[in-house]
Amino acid sequence: MRRFTWLVPTLYILFLMLPIYWLLNMSFKTTNEILGVFTLWPREFTLDNYRKIFTDPTWYNGYLNSLSYVVMNTVISVTAALPAAYAFSRYRFLGDKHLFFWLLTNRMAPPAVFALPFFQLYSAVNLFDTYIAVALAHCLFNIPLAVWILEGFMSGVPKELDETAYVDGYPFWRFFVKIFIPTIAAGIGVAAFFCFMFSWVELLLAKTLTSVAAKPIAATMTRTASTAGYELGLLAAAGTLTIIPGAFVIYFVRNYIAKGFALGRV
Amino acid sequence: MATKTQNSRAWLFVLPVVVLVAFNALIPLMTVVNYSVQETFGDNVFFWEGVKWFEQVLHSERFHASLLRQLMFTSIILMIEVPLGVAIALSMPKKGIGVSVCLVLMALPLLIPWNVVGAMWNIFALPDIGLLGRMINGLGIDYNFTQQPGAAWFTTILMDVWHWTSLVVLLAYAGLRSIPDAYYQAAKIDGATPWAVFRFIQLPKMKRVLTIAILLRFMDSFMIYTEPFVLTGGGPGNTTTFLSIDLVKIALGQFDLGPAAAMSLIYFLIVLLLCWVFYTLMMRHEAQ
Repeated sequence: MRRFTWLVPTLYILFLMLPIYWLLNMSFKTTNEILGVFTLWPREFTLDNYRKIFTDPTWYNGYLNSLSYVVMNTVISVTAALPAAYAFSRYRFLGDKHLFFWLLTNRMAPPAVFALPFFQLYSAVNLFDTYIAVALAHCLFNIPLAVWILEGFMSGVPKELDETAYVDGYPFWRFFVKIFIPTIAAGIGVAAFFCFMFSWVELLLAKTLTSVAAKPIAATMTRTASTAGYELGLLAAAGTLTIIPGAFVIYFVRNYIAKGFALGRV
Repeated sequence: MATKTQNSRAWLFVLPVVVLVAFNALIPLMTVVNYSVQETFGDNVFFWEGVKWFEQVLHSERFHASLLRQLMFTSIILMIEVPLGVAIALSMPKKGIGVSVCLVLMALPLLIPWNVVGAMWNIFALPDIGLLGRMINGLGIDYNFTQQPGAAWFTTILMDVWHWTSLVVLLAYAGLRSIPDAYYQAAKIDGATPWAVFRFIQLPKMKRVLTIAILLRFMDSFMIYTEPFVLTGGGPGNTTTFLSIDLVKIALGQFDLGPAAAMSLIYFLIVLLLCWVFYTLMMRHEAQ
């Protein structure tokens, strides 16, 4: 029986790949072929769909917009979460437990609840339709997550490390930047991965907070799908391209995912 | 933890986080609370209405129906994804190149934007041009998720299993990796059956990560919006209109701010309450 255990993950991966294969397949077809005949492989192989995306500014700007606010959000979330997670893992202070739970409750808030007030809030402070608006809005669920993950990693580092550094005469910030941050590099990697992931895949808030200048790619897709009739090939090509940044990020953190989770409290 | 030192200056460390999250959480929350107790006829003129909207929402059959659908959906996907994820994690390779390949490929669905997931499953499951639709119909089963409620549910659940089982796999796998080899050797000497190894070594060691997996899956599936919205649009009829979809329909579609706000608060409270129950139950279990 042991010999067949590889079958389970193989079948699962096969199941995961099927819809992606179909999307790829569609993206290389012409609209006529998609709607006309059922083929498992593009009969008239075409790159037109991709060419259109790379030459039309409304399309490729969508990608740049998405990437901009995602990167901004990841940087803000992790930077803000680092000292906070340190405080939670090392110190006791007034209201620490309540604060931690309150932070986590924000991870539980359904974005649909906040969509309209967010629109009004960011319009009121004149940030509507900017990258920073989306980046800040995504902090709502990414900061709690980053604090949660980093706190787990930091609690795994023995306190003696801090004390030795102080005895050696390190001032706090020098210790934090030069010694502590490199020690928990894996944790930062995992936290950044999750921030990137949840900011990249979220659409409801990103769509609500942008109109033209900072419109995310995923929103460009939905509008094209409805206005330009049913250009399925184009839609499929755009969808395929949204998978690439994610695949890229996973490839870089692949070793951390398995090790990193286990190292931290998680 | 007893080793933590008392330090009130720690508040300075958490200040940036508190400011950023409070800006995003408290102001919108207050806006919602504000709307939930007032009536408006436009022009920014508001009238005090008390708890009228709350009563209306709590007594509305529409809310009951979407809440019921939401609860059903969440329990079904939890019952499928958690055991399936654990089973896959248990049968994954322990070392070698296979680990990286498995992890990278399995994590892929997690990083696809949610509306792309919906669009992808739409063209995958359409009965005329989709592979899945063709396959099921080819087996002699009449399948069209845009018209049959049963098929719509089946497709939505299958999509969610496709999308999120990997999260459970990754977490469970990380938990399994943290078990020292000595445990397995001891079990071998004692002649433990594979079931006993699972029940008394692997499951207890995975408890913590499984807790997190269940909590995350519970929260996220309870807030699900984009994927079913793109896939089925909440239809056919209202059969796949989950809480978030219903809420957005009321708030942005009909612009009924009062009822929508009241519903938001009730919705949020339900999520909080259920999470709190989960959390305390598991903490109590851990303390034992």
